[in-house]
Amino acid sequence: MARFLLKRLFSATLTLFAVSVLTFLMFFALPRDPVSSICSKNCNPERLERVRDDLGLNDPLISQYAGYMKGIVTGRDLGSAQGGRCDAPCLGWSYVTNEAVSDTIARVLPVTLSIVIPAAILWLLLGVGLGMVSALRRGTWLDRLAIGFSLTGASLQLYFVGAVLLLVFVYNLRLLPVPSYTSIFDNPAKWASGLVLAWVALAFLFSAIYARLSRAQMLETLSEDFVRTARAKGLAKPTVYGRHALRAAITPVVTIAGLDVGGALGGTVITETTFGIQGLGRTAVDAVRSGDLPTIMATVLIAAVFVVLANVLVDLLYAAIDPRVRLR
Amino acid sequence: MSLSPVEGVALAEIESGTDPSGPAVKGVVGRSPGQLAWLRLRRDRTAMVSGVLLIFFLLLGLAAPLIEMAYGIGPREQFQNMLDGFGMPLGYAGGVSGEHWFGLEPGLGRDIFIRLIYGLRTSLFIAFAAALITATIGIVLGALAGYLGGWLDAVINWITDLTLAMPFLIIALALTPTITLRFYGERGQVSSAFGVGVLIAVFAIFGWTSTARLVRGQVIALREREFVEAARASGAGLGHMLFRQLLPNIWAPILVSFSLAVPQFITSEAALSFIGVGLSDETPSFGRMIYRSLDFLQTDPAYVFFPGITIFALVFAFNLFGDALRDALDPKSSR
Repeated sequence: MARFLLKRLFSATLTLFAVSVLTFLMFFALPRDPVSSICSKNCNPERLERVRDDLGLNDPLISQYAGYMKGIVTGRDLGSAQGGRCDAPCLGWSYVTNEAVSDTIARVLPVTLSIVIPAAILWLLLGVGLGMVSALRRGTWLDRLAIGFSLTGASLQLYFVGAVLLLVFVYNLRLLPVPSYTSIFDNPAKWASGLVLAWVALAFLFSAIYARLSRAQMLETLSEDFVRTARAKGLAKPTVYGRHALRAAITPVVTIAGLDVGGALGGTVITETTFGIQGLGRTAVDAVRSGDLPTIMATVLIAAVFVVLANVLVDLLYAAIDPRVRLR
Repeated sequence: MSLSPVEGVALAEIESGTDPSGPAVKGVVGRSPGQLAWLRLRRDRTAMVSGVLLIFFLLLGLAAPLIEMAYGIGPREQFQNMLDGFGMPLGYAGGVSGEHWFGLEPGLGRDIFIRLIYGLRTSLFIAFAAALITATIGIVLGALAGYLGGWLDAVINWITDLTLAMPFLIIALALTPTITLRFYGERGQVSSAFGVGVLIAVFAIFGWTSTARLVRGQVIALREREFVEAARASGAGLGHMLFRQLLPNIWAPILVSFSLAVPQFITSEAALSFIGVGLSDETPSFGRMIYRSLDFLQTDPAYVFFPGITIFALVFAFNLFGDALRDALDPKSSR
């Protein structure tokens, strides 16, 4: 177990390292000079050169990369133009927003978390529940309804669903305010009402995929011998279906869910754009548009960390759910 | 992880392998697995309906210039005289009329119907090209990894993990202008064909991993079978082994994954143009239209529905057809 975890964490670190190097190279290949976007027209060559020095853009690539990585682990001293000392998870200084990137991230990360976590709970419950029910009631109108729901949901686009939801609930019925983010600690009711449309849109589309997958898995499991044996022993239906069958059927769902939730935590770009909420995804998009290199690096890295961690977590969950799985 | 999906696949292969020979032994009619699948597909009502719908969409896309001629309006023509003082189209439902079937875009006053037709063309072209390229790369790399194993397998697996860890939308968003600027410089006029090419390239870089995974698993399941051993013993080369011995046995799952990859690329293309990558506003595109329509949700709600419903119908038809194809090729599967 511990050995497995160590091995997985090692390969995860290796992946993250490669992602960071690739991103670094990719954005340094950007032909657009990051300095010119900072001071656009009224910039004399001396000031341009000073900014370039401050950013360390005149150093060789390797030492720039090393400096960046060192900043994340131990923090580092940036020039006075960049807010001086930058503490441990130092992600650099953005000349576009004029603040430390870690501050930007600390501001927008809770937004994305507030969108993704409730939505994920909703879509997992709805999707797996619907899949279960439709597998158990195979061939009934309920099953057909669930299949129709999942086929429709799997073909719909988030921005279209979002637009229709906005149109109906915000602009026509005026039941909900225009989506926005309020901290849950300040005002839970406003937090929920501002984000509920995003949850519903995400949950609708994702639960369609999960309903489909868990229905197929459940049908396969129900035809297995151990389910019949459990029933023949006289176990109650809820116990057999809820404990024995669900446990076996849910493993592939867990894999997909890990990837999906990990990916979504790295920024729900489309959702945030549709509903006009400034989370991690929108921040990344804005950063790319304005050529804000340190922010791009930070958002890509964070997204990768979420995906990689989710993968490790999925492997551990596998062992917890399915006793046949031995971690090696 | 000791639970590998491969064992299940191998089992399915062996069991379904005996199926087609069944009728032949009884002396009824000898049919190849392909013919059997085609018969099952023909009998499936969903498959036929979605197939016809797909052909209809394909024809619409292919015949876009003809439709433009018949319709008499081009995708870049502006009808400012049909808009009111605020740039809103006159008339009901966003200016729907006998002349402009789906109305006009607010602001620029372009005809929505003909832009949708051209958007369909762009979208289908990108999706098919991307699906073909990713399938080719995925098949070659997946077959190599599965057949040869060893360090090559490890490397390809690791690259797959790496690709999955990269946030696709953000990377694509950053990569597309980078590539464009490399070729055109800061001031150059980017042709729309180039924009389309860059998008396909980005999809190719990120999209091949799922096919590679699939093919790898299938090849591993086949690797130890007798016919492979026999071919190897007769001195078959690597190319012969991969493309003559192994691939013909796994074309069914590849075909299914191809048919389900196309709608995924349609969706991705729309998503990318929704966040404003790649295609310029000149090139008609579903995603771009929906993005523009968000600003007019309150004033011209009809604008969002035409592109939204079109892309839904397109993706829906592809998904239905892909499912039906899977059922026809693998009758054991329960969806």
